[in-house]
Amino acid sequence: MTANFLAVNSLFVNLDQIFVLLRNWLVGFLPAALQPAAGVLLGVIAIVSVFPGLFALTTVFERKGLGRMQNRLGPNRVGPYGLFQPIADGIKSLTKEDIVPFSANAVVHFLAPLVLVVTVFMGFAVLPMGRNMVLVDMDSGLLFFFAMGAATELSVFMAGWSSRNKYSLLGAMRAVAQMISYEVVLLLSAVSIVMITGSLSLTKIVAAQNQYTGIFPHWYIFTPWGLAGFIVFAIAATAETNRTPFDLPEGESELVAGYHTEYSGFKFALFFLGEYLAMFALSGLGATLFLGGWSAPFSFLGWVPSWIWFFSKVMCAIFIFIWMRGTLPRLRQDQLMNFAWKFVLPFTLLNLLVTALWRFMGDGWQRWVVCTAILAAAYVIMGRLQMRSQHFGRRSYRYAE
Amino acid sequence: MSPIFYLLAVLTLAGGLASVLLKHLVHCALAVTIAFAGLALLFLQLDAQFAGFAQILVYIGAVAILIVFAILLTRGSELPKGGVFSPTWLVGLVIAAGVFAVLGWAVLASVSAIPQSNIVPSVTVHDIGLALVGRYVLPLEIVALLLTAATIGAVIVAMHEKKERPQ
Repeated sequence: MTANFLAVNSLFVNLDQIFVLLRNWLVGFLPAALQPAAGVLLGVIAIVSVFPGLFALTTVFERKGLGRMQNRLGPNRVGPYGLFQPIADGIKSLTKEDIVPFSANAVVHFLAPLVLVVTVFMGFAVLPMGRNMVLVDMDSGLLFFFAMGAATELSVFMAGWSSRNKYSLLGAMRAVAQMISYEVVLLLSAVSIVMITGSLSLTKIVAAQNQYTGIFPHWYIFTPWGLAGFIVFAIAATAETNRTPFDLPEGESELVAGYHTEYSGFKFALFFLGEYLAMFALSGLGATLFLGGWSAPFSFLGWVPSWIWFFSKVMCAIFIFIWMRGTLPRLRQDQLMNFAWKFVLPFTLLNLLVTALWRFMGDGWQRWVVCTAILAAAYVIMGRLQMRSQHFGRRSYRYAE
Repeated sequence: MSPIFYLLAVLTLAGGLASVLLKHLVHCALAVTIAFAGLALLFLQLDAQFAGFAQILVYIGAVAILIVFAILLTRGSELPKGGVFSPTWLVGLVIAAGVFAVLGWAVLASVSAIPQSNIVPSVTVHDIGLALVGRYVLPLEIVALLLTAATIGAVIVAMHEKKERPQ
């Protein structure tokens, strides 16, 4: 009986570490001097193959899901239930002609998609995707992630400017303005996690959340400041990845396709890939910061392999992205900016103060009451005040009447 | 001095030179970004993670974007007729060489002035954080005050002037 239990237990431990064991086994064939480099190379290969694969799956999932929400079928011609659609799309984008506009700035036009995809891939290097499954365990991993995120903005600008097309340039200007505005919020909402954990290392942040009271985990989302921070983070992440309702940079009814209007063939596919990879990376970061990373939602589910939890959290976030795309209309530019600078940013700054208060009030029920009350009151008061200045009523036309 | 150092130095210098010598302003801005990235990599090569990533975040994420925006908003992205090179470039060269000489002299003199230790100091982010809110808290607060003043000033400059309502 005990032996049996131990055998089952070690099976699950092995399953949890299967990728780490696999890597060590493969690296073992090489001489000792090459082993560290080969280990890193294998990790890179895993990331570079897994996430594009996930991207291919997600495109089908998204088109199917949107189709269902809009009462139509979605792709259903290629393979069973249209599952091979991404392969067909990939072949199509590879065989299409690569068109570069005559007056475009050829070098910058060529570099933009490459810079985007490379910087987005870099972000995955510090995400812990399971127990012991992180490519580089950096002391300042969170800072690295945001540094790489900041570098993607430049590639968007490069694409829009070099195309010599007014729609591209307008789209790029919108995108950069939006990304800068929401990046402030994204950073500040992550700062409260750093204040509590006392570390910028993502593995340490997950380890701090991987504890249980009874059966419930110590995830940061289950605290007042964590919940507020998570909501703000989710809004900012949606805006950073240019998803509906913040898809102004590529609003197809206004700007054709925004900054990648003049891209065709495989370069366009690279932009598409970069956008989805950014979604995966930001979802992964959100899961790591607020939802306990690879830790199980209940203590009795700890036997399920840790990477399953990480990837299911990411895919849940992706589903919510798709759901919002099927549900919400697009914002206007002034609404977007007002929302970022007049509502979300002050609220995030207040959340930082509340986090400090939480840290110094010590254990006990008082801090729950005080922190929740401050955040709820601020939300209600700020919301009421700003709604009052919005004059809702019959639309008045300046020229049409 | 490893080969990686020389590679990064060449990259940084090439970026810097290109940002001065290229004719198109947006190309110059992008070349400056390469120089920034090279500097960040040099920091990382010296095992200064925090400085390196902060360099990328601030200089590539904010300063480069700001430069690019300024160029586009001032319509400077078109080539000026008289060329982009200033007629007083020789004076500029002399001043730049002077500044470089002073800096180089200071760095070289510091080698003998400060005793060298062979132990590589390991500075973690944790240490930097403690130093910032401990020993260097006053400079930090002064910088914070300055930035707040600058932000308020920017808001005031950008604010709409309220027009007198016609009666």
